[in-house]
Amino acid sequence: MDTISATNAIVTLDVPIPEVIWGWMITLNMWAKSIGTGVVLVGAYLLARYKDKVGDSLKIAIPVISFIFLNIFLLFTLLDLHQPLRMWHIFAYPHWTSAITVGAWMATLFTGIIFLLLIIAIRKVAISHKESVPKLCQKLAKVEFLDDELYSKLLKVAVVLAIPVTLYTATIMGEATARELWQTPTELVQMLLAALLAGSAVLLIVGNGWSYEVKKDLAIILGVSAFFSFIIYMGEYFFGHMKAEEVAATLKAVQEGGAYHYLFWVGQWIAFIIPMVLVYFSLKSKSSSLLNLASALAIIGLFLTKHVWLIIPQLIPLS
Amino acid sequence: MKLGFLVDLNLCMGCKGCEVACKVENKVPLHSWRLRVKYVDVGVYPETKRTYTPLRCNHCENAPCERICPVSALHYLENGIVNIDKDRCIGCAGCMMACPYGAIYMDPETNTADKCTYCAHRVASGMMPACVVACPVEANIFGDLDDPTSHISRYIMAHQKDGGVKVRKPEKNTHPKHFYVGGGEVQLNPLAAKREEGYNLFNKITHLDHIGGH
Repeated sequence: MDTISATNAIVTLDVPIPEVIWGWMITLNMWAKSIGTGVVLVGAYLLARYKDKVGDSLKIAIPVISFIFLNIFLLFTLLDLHQPLRMWHIFAYPHWTSAITVGAWMATLFTGIIFLLLIIAIRKVAISHKESVPKLCQKLAKVEFLDDELYSKLLKVAVVLAIPVTLYTATIMGEATARELWQTPTELVQMLLAALLAGSAVLLIVGNGWSYEVKKDLAIILGVSAFFSFIIYMGEYFFGHMKAEEVAATLKAVQEGGAYHYLFWVGQWIAFIIPMVLVYFSLKSKSSSLLNLASALAIIGLFLTKHVWLIIPQLIPLS
Repeated sequence: MKLGFLVDLNLCMGCKGCEVACKVENKVPLHSWRLRVKYVDVGVYPETKRTYTPLRCNHCENAPCERICPVSALHYLENGIVNIDKDRCIGCAGCMMACPYGAIYMDPETNTADKCTYCAHRVASGMMPACVVACPVEANIFGDLDDPTSHISRYIMAHQKDGGVKVRKPEKNTHPKHFYVGGGEVQLNPLAAKREEGYNLFNKITHLDHIGGH
């Protein structure tokens, strides 16, 4: 930057590549994936600890929510491609150094397992509502091997897979060498925290009828995830400039004002700061409504924070 | 064989002959460029100077675009060229996000990524890249870096004293095979020059919409 003052250098002709290459569809992709995997991670913990208190409702909620959001994630991954009909190339011509390839394979496998969990959950409903369910579900109820034992085994596999599925986008960001702001180790932690935040927030809303003991655990997961996410973002925001000239330029552009400056701080408040405060007061007052509000804000705010972090390094010229 | 490129910025006069030759040879669509010449003005009037820097794919030895491409559409040729298979590309734009030099674009006609290939098709027929042929001052030098007697190797040898041969963004660990002689921070570092609206020869540039995606 000092050289600019000395040389008064001004670019007078350049036709750079359009700035924002990955936009809101990728944000939606990451956000939906955080929910789809987070629900499995946090839900499995609740099933292990409070099996009697959350019971069958959680066993149904986990695959239903995860399947919906994984499909949103997959749909927008597909729509974001300029050649969506060639998606099959990833499976026909895989390139294993690419985190996109590894992620696509793992996400497909993960979605398949969640689909099986969903089938088992539907069978459970079919058994308990024999007369009122469609014929197909009645037939499903007769398939005996789709039982609780298989559910438990598949859920264990799903938990193991959920971790790399939620993390692989951080590796893609690390492989995006042009965007110095994103460093794999930090992004890995952010992705995991985002999954825990989103998973606990969604389950707090869904499990409104659960006992306070269960909600307290979810609230703590939500609050702690929000706290550490906030700490990492603040670390990047205030100290990131020491890493590299490009990071300094990226952060300076955000710190100096403009739409992304405000969006960044709105995201931080909605996703992390307000939920942390609300969780604190809800633990004091045992208020479920405060937790519901904290959860809704965290889910909305997570989208904003992810979006700002995705866009800002793309605003810096590369040539 | 390891093919490389060198541009002597002391010779380049910004005529854009290379840019036009590249466009014609590779049928590069409107709004897209495989090679472009950046102008940077330096100094305060009347002590000003205009610098010219041709920018193209660096054909890195450790290419981030090749690494991130999920389907190996971007791949190395035996001669070191980083080539692209447009029929295989799925248009994920991962390569555009990975390339630290902004050298890859999304072709609006085919909806696939594209970039400079050092005119691999011409090289395969024993010809020089179109931009080399078009340059009126022979500022573009192309050849085998593995051959110490090649023009490019001898040029690098002759100018390497006092850091005369540079690459863009060496800190990225990409090991570019595209070199510059006579280049400084102003030309090679995109953050070393201001970009102010109204100071550009072409302002308010509009881009064609892609079909689908982004």
